[in-house]
Amino acid sequence: MAKKPIEFEVPKLTEYTEVPAVTPDTMAHSSPYVSKVEFQEPLGYPGELVDGWQDKAIGAMGEMLGKYRSLQVFLDSCVKCGACTDKCHYYLGTSDPKNMPVARQDLLRKVYRRYFTFAGKYFPKLVGAVDLDKEVLDDWYSYFHQCSQCRRCSVFCPYGIDTAEISMAAREIMDRIGLGQKYCNEIINKVFKIGNNLGLPENALADTLEGLEEDVEDETGVAVKYPLDKKGADILLVTPSADFFAEPHVDGLIGYGKVFHEAGADWTLSSKASEAANFGMFIGSYENMRRISLRIREAALELGVKRIIFGECGHAWRVAYSFLNTLAGPFDFLDPKYPVPQHILEFTWGEIQKGTLNIDKSRNDDMVLTFHDSCNVARASRMGDEPGGQFTIPRNVIKAVCNNFVDMAPDTIHEKTFCCGGGGGLLTDDLMELRVKGAKPRMDALSTVIEDHGVTHMAAICAICKAQFTKVLPFYGMGMDMIQSVHGLVSNAIILTGQVDDDDEEDAEDAA
Amino acid sequence: MAIEVNGKTFEVDEEGYLANINDWEPGVAEVMAKEDELELTDEHWDIIKFLREYYEEYQIAPAVRVLTKAVAKKLGKDKGNSKYLYGLFPYGPGKQACRYAGLPKPTGCV
Repeated sequence: MAKKPIEFEVPKLTEYTEVPAVTPDTMAHSSPYVSKVEFQEPLGYPGELVDGWQDKAIGAMGEMLGKYRSLQVFLDSCVKCGACTDKCHYYLGTSDPKNMPVARQDLLRKVYRRYFTFAGKYFPKLVGAVDLDKEVLDDWYSYFHQCSQCRRCSVFCPYGIDTAEISMAAREIMDRIGLGQKYCNEIINKVFKIGNNLGLPENALADTLEGLEEDVEDETGVAVKYPLDKKGADILLVTPSADFFAEPHVDGLIGYGKVFHEAGADWTLSSKASEAANFGMFIGSYENMRRISLRIREAALELGVKRIIFGECGHAWRVAYSFLNTLAGPFDFLDPKYPVPQHILEFTWGEIQKGTLNIDKSRNDDMVLTFHDSCNVARASRMGDEPGGQFTIPRNVIKAVCNNFVDMAPDTIHEKTFCCGGGGGLLTDDLMELRVKGAKPRMDALSTVIEDHGVTHMAAICAICKAQFTKVLPFYGMGMDMIQSVHGLVSNAIILTGQVDDDDEEDAEDAA
Repeated sequence: MAIEVNGKTFEVDEEGYLANINDWEPGVAEVMAKEDELELTDEHWDIIKFLREYYEEYQIAPAVRVLTKAVAKKLGKDKGNSKYLYGLFPYGPGKQACRYAGLPKPTGCV
């Protein structure tokens, strides 16, 4: 029988997000489906919880402490100042104290202290050190899958402790003892087997792109191409596979194609690197992250491209911007005149500034837009060549194609942006309660600009954010189609060279 | 986990998706719909059939856009939109209709 969705109360929205009183264990029941043997082994992990898992987990922790100096610094340096306690969207939405970042870190820290510090080994009770037992492991599995690795708390931590890195380490330890999460690990399997998170095979991808070409030509009269595996193209576009499949993601893909077309760029997608996402980061696995990244290098070499551009995907841009060169570099075979890699928004903003795009902003006049900064773009990357470019460039592009734009409250945007509630490998139906509650701070800020400024739509540049909002907006009484791709807005406003609109044709026919 | 259809047992995963697409028969959709308190009409069957045909060719469920386009072609422009599909399958055409059709759940950032 199909499991019935868990009944839960949707939080009431407030003008400002209030810090709730602590209610212990409200989310103790929340944990995602456990991975299966067939999803574990191809990733290099045991199929199920192994015998002697305690020792193996401590061994894995010790190995990681030696390899990642940052992990040890983060576990050692917390002074319990409390600055992070009210910064996590999951705490604000659930009031479960274990969703306070410091408490989440302590789940790992108390075990670290027991096995790796002098005080914890000999006087565990004095320093809050505990043995790793099944109860602790269950807490790990539950609460390290209630962290979207968004890093908002780390912005406020005076020591810069990065809870995301602790969550990633905890997930890697659990994977190594055979306790993986189904959603992430099944998806990574699909990337290795088929080439993307969706499991979209090459023939289906080719058919999808042909369909898009037909649609754009029907609508505009212009034959915009969406090329696949075109050898010798200048640009390889790597985009999340959701762009081929879901709404409003696909509107963004249509937009990228229109921008390339008008810019006269010679570009292609790849059936091998038909996915920008890299869930290897979410599970804290350097090896899997590297294997996923290498597909992009191989595709770029096989196709002989000169540049790599990434589509609208938050964590993919973190991996690309911050890690790609060490994971899969050196990219000395690409054209050094361009950033490696480049974001599609950098490209589009460049074309807008050059004046190559014919834009009619009034085509977005039916909307008043706001912009949701995606956490991985906001706090783990940059765009352009100035500090803060990751905030200004998306907004510049939106303002260049829309007349009506309003930002949400300052403590909910830029580096202080709230996670959509579904990041970090939590975008799965079995975590719907967490996703809905974790979205509350963003929903509060959105509903306030709706009321005060008549905002009708929110744009985003991350496939996870777009899918998450499509799902959770209706829980808060808002329409799922409020969420837009930034390049969907670009697509609406571009007038292609030689474009004949459907309506114009009809008008002309009427006149005749 | 498993469901019972006409005296036969079908294995399903945690979320109620059929474990093996080749096991599917129309009764599976009937039983799943009944659990959701939904009565399957000809309109539902049109979608389920299309999903199965598409899957057979491409080994994946069609994108919403592909589905709406196919519906528009077959049933008219007024029905070729996601509103019509959500009217039929309130939990989402991608997920609910796929489950009834025996297809695996679409994964990823969707």
